[in-house]
Amino acid sequence: MIYFWAFVVGGLICAAAELVMIRFPRLTPGHLLVGLTVTGAVLNGFGWYDALIKFAGAGALIPVSGFGASITRGVLQETQKLGWEGLFTGTLEFVGLGIAAGVLFATLAALVAVPRG
Amino acid sequence: MDRNRIDIDGAKDYQRLVQQLAPKPNVARLTARAFLVGGTICFLGQFVFDWFRFRQPTEGEAIAATLATMILLGVVLTAFGIYDDIGQLGGMGAAVPITGFANAMASAAMDFRREGFVLGMAAKMFIIAGPVIVFGILAGILTGLLAWLAKAGP
Repeated sequence: MIYFWAFVVGGLICAAAELVMIRFPRLTPGHLLVGLTVTGAVLNGFGWYDALIKFAGAGALIPVSGFGASITRGVLQETQKLGWEGLFTGTLEFVGLGIAAGVLFATLAALVAVPRG
Repeated sequence: MDRNRIDIDGAKDYQRLVQQLAPKPNVARLTARAFLVGGTICFLGQFVFDWFRFRQPTEGEAIAATLATMILLGVVLTAFGIYDDIGQLGGMGAAVPITGFANAMASAAMDFRREGFVLGMAAKMFIIAGPVIVFGILAGILTGLLAWLAKAGP
């Protein structure tokens, strides 16, 4: 069942982003990715986005809003452990792996692959 | 004088005609495509997420491993030029998932490699990812601060 909700919720987030893009043609995908990330980060201040991840699994996790929610989740977890330092150390707690992986893989791709066209 | 008037009207009519005939974005079709492509990527991501959930000690680590795996997938598809086609098909349905974030990094790194490794590849890699990380971290710190203060209470 979670596979169904992953499809539906993930699809709805993407469809909503597409609608905003059509409605406001001056926005670029970059603006929307930033907007979604911030939305996810703010919604997770009280764990709401994590509740959505519980319900829809990857459907909430894979869109970039899940990336933002992961930043806040790290901050919340680390502030409980460390106090104020956690506000900073927590930011990359869960997304650091993804960013580092992105840097490594993108570099390898740039070394190996030739862009089309 | 009459003639000018007709010309101006003609120009206006012509503009209106162009506007009518220019292909309008088919909202329903574009949205449906974004829904299907985005939904499919998340559906595939659920398999990865489940795979890690049974193997990682905590949910948080499973989430981190899932994001990293999907980023690898996005980069590999970009390197083979397949993600471009997915992007053509799905629009924001391809851009919004974390694979699209990886695509933005990898395609910029590949395209700007010829401008050098430092100011080309490395700098341009973060042309989309950079703002996402900057505003994500700012929002995370502010939200975390508010939630922490709310929890500590006066």
